[in-house]
Amino acid sequence: MSSSLTGILREGNRIDAQRPWQRVIVKPKTWNQAAAQLVEGTTILLGLWADTDAVHMALLNEEPVDIAVITIECVDGRFPSVGRHHPAAIRFERAIRDIYGLEAEGSLDQRPWLDHGHWRVKQPLGKRVEVLSPAPPYHFLQAEGESLHQIPVGPVHAGIIEPGHFRFTANGETVVRLEQRLGFVHKGIESLMVGADLARAAQLASRTSGDSTVAYAIAFAHAVEAAFDLKVPARATWLRALMAELERLANHFGDFGAICNDASFSLLHVQCGMLRERILRVASSNFGHRLMMDRIIPGGVSTDLSRDGLMQVKSLLAELTSRLPRLVELYDNTASLQDRMVTTGILQPELARKFGAGGYIGRASGRSFDARRAIRYAPYDELRFDIPVLNEGDVNARVWIRIREIEQSLAIIDQIITMLPHGPIAVSVGAPKGASEGIAMVEGFRGDILVWVRFDNSGRLTRCHLRDPSWFQWPLLEAVVEGNIVADFPLCNKSFNCSYSGHDL
Amino acid sequence: MRAPVTEPAPSPDQAASMELARAVGRSARRRLGRSLSIREVDAGSCNGCELEIHGLNNAYYDIERFGLRFVASPRHADVLLVTGPVTKNMRQALERTYSATPSPKWVVAVGDCALNGGCFATSYAVIGGVGEVLPVDLYVPGCPPEPSVILRGLLALLEKS
Ligand code: SF4
Repeated sequence: MSSSLTGILREGNRIDAQRPWQRVIVKPKTWNQAAAQLVEGTTILLGLWADTDAVHMALLNEEPVDIAVITIECVDGRFPSVGRHHPAAIRFERAIRDIYGLEAEGSLDQRPWLDHGHWRVKQPLGKRVEVLSPAPPYHFLQAEGESLHQIPVGPVHAGIIEPGHFRFTANGETVVRLEQRLGFVHKGIESLMVGADLARAAQLASRTSGDSTVAYAIAFAHAVEAAFDLKVPARATWLRALMAELERLANHFGDFGAICNDASFSLLHVQCGMLRERILRVASSNFGHRLMMDRIIPGGVSTDLSRDGLMQVKSLLAELTSRLPRLVELYDNTASLQDRMVTTGILQPELARKFGAGGYIGRASGRSFDARRAIRYAPYDELRFDIPVLNEGDVNARVWIRIREIEQSLAIIDQIITMLPHGPIAVSVGAPKGASEGIAMVEGFRGDILVWVRFDNSGRLTRCHLRDPSWFQWPLLEAVVEGNIVADFPLCNKSFNCSYSGHDL
Repeated sequence: MRAPVTEPAPSPDQAASMELARAVGRSARRRLGRSLSIREVDAGSCNGCELEIHGLNNAYYDIERFGLRFVASPRHADVLLVTGPVTKNMRQALERTYSATPSPKWVVAVGDCALNGGCFATSYAVIGGVGEVLPVDLYVPGCPPEPSVILRGLLALLEKS
C-alpha cells in the first residue's frame, strides 16, 4: 500500500533542515489538494500552526504510517482555509489569526478564539498592534426553536478543575447545543519559547499541561534530539518510558475514579484515589518529584533509578495488579453505575476518525491510533503491548479503554523492570550543526502530542509549536453532548477529560 | 470491598500530617467553629497544582477530617485557594469570584506561578502572581506544592488570622 502523502510531497519543495519527517513548501493548489484528502479521509490532520508569514500543516497517512508537514507561504497575510472544508481545522485557524494575524481565506468562522480582547496587543507573534479599546462582545452561535433556554457555565466551574465556558442550549432537560469558549488559561507559551535556552524551553514544554508533563517533556526532547541529530542512551529511553507509563497509570486511575464519582459512586473514587497516590509517592521517592516534572531533558533523563527504586516500582506493580480486578468487578457489577455510563455521550466512530481523535476518546470509538505503536519510538519497538479498541463510543467504553490501558501499562512496566539496560542516562546536547528543525509525536495518557521546533544558524530556538490532543477532542465533546440530558454533561466531560491548559497554551 | 479501606500512609510525612491534623483541628475550631470552606480557583495554571489540590481529598490526606472542605460556590466559601499565574483572560472571572465570596475571607495563593507568575511571568498574556489582582493572605510555594505542604499552608493561615 502506498501513502497518499507521496503525491503531495512530490509537488513541494523539500526543506532539508527538518527531521525525521519531511517538510515541503507547497503552492495553494497542492495545499487545497491536501485539504481535499482530509475531507475524503485518506489522511488525518495532525496539526495546523503558523510561523512568520507561513502556515504549516502536519498530515498523517495511517496505513502505512507516514507523516509529513506541508507549508504554505502566505501572500498578504493570507492562506486558503482548510477549516472551510474540514471542520477539525477551524479552531486552529481562529487561533492562528489571533496569535499571528494570518487570515484563513474563505473561513466560515471569523470569530476570535484565544484572544478575548484583554492582552492590549493584537497578533502578539505576528505584526504586533497595540490595542487599548475593549473587545466587542463575543457572539455565541444561535439555536432557534420553541421552549429553548440557555445555561451559561463557567469559566469558573464548581469542581477543582480548569476554567472554560460552556454555553448550553436546552429544551427542558435535553441539550440541543453545547458551545465551548476556551482560551481563559492562555499563557502565551509559544511566545515565551522564542529565544529561550534549552533548559527553559524544556521547563515551559513540561508545563503546557501539568497532567501530561512527562509526555510533553519526552515529545519536546524528541523534537530537539531530531533537530540536533542526537542519539540518546538506551537506559534513558527506557527510564522515559517508565515515567510515561507511571504518568499514564496515575491519570487513568484518577479518571476512572473521578468518572464514577460524577455518577455519585464515591467508593471507586476513593479506591482509585489511593492507588493514584501510591503511584505518585513511588514517583516522588525515586525520581524526586510526584509528577516527575523536569526529569526528562533533551539528551536523556536527569534522574537515574537505583536498585532499591526498581524494587519499589516492582512492589507498586504487584499492589496495583492485585487491586485492579476487584475495582473493575465492582465497576462492572454496579447497576446504578452501568445505568449512567452505558449509551451516555456516544461519539460516533466516523466523527472520531474525521477529527483524528486520539487517546481513549478515539480508541473507544474504533480509532486504534497510538503513537507508541504507530511510530514505535524507543523503547516501544522492543516492548510487547496491545492497543485496546472498542466501537461503542459511550462513557462506558471510554472507562473500559482506560481500564484496559491500565492493564497494558502494568504489563509494559513489568517488561521495563526486567529489561532495563545499564549505562549512561544522558548525553550532552552540544551545539546544532546549522539551522535545523525537529518534529516529534509522543503518546500521552490523553492521546498524541505533537511538538515542532526550529533552531536558527546560531542554535537559537526560533519557534516551538506544542499541539495538545485536546484540540481534536474538545470539539467532539460538543457533538457528543447533543441529545443527552444536562445532568449527564459532567459524566461526558469527565470521560473526555480534555486539557484546558494544553489547548489554550 | 464493602467499606473503603483507608491504609495508613506509608510515607514519612505521616507523623507530620498527624501533628498538622491536631493543630488544624484546634485552630479551625477556635476561629470558625468547626469548619473552613474552600473554593478553588484556577486563574491560569498548567493544571499541575489542581492535581495536588485534588490529592488533599484522597484517603491519605482526607482533608475533610480537619473540618476543611471544598465547596462548589464562592458564596459558600471562607477561603479562595487560587492557582496559576493570573492570565489576562482570567482576571475578570477571578475578581468576580472574589467579590462573590462573603467576608471575612482569605486568599491562599498556591504554587510558584501564583506567587509571581512563575515561568510564565513575562508573557503578554499573563498579569503575574495572584497578589497583583487580589490581597493574598498566604503563599504556598512549590511547582506544584505537595498536598502535605498545602495542608501546612492552610494551618499557617489559621494561625495567622
Ligand atoms: S506552579 Fe507549577 S504546577 Fe502549579 S501551575 Fe505553575 S507550573 Fe503548573
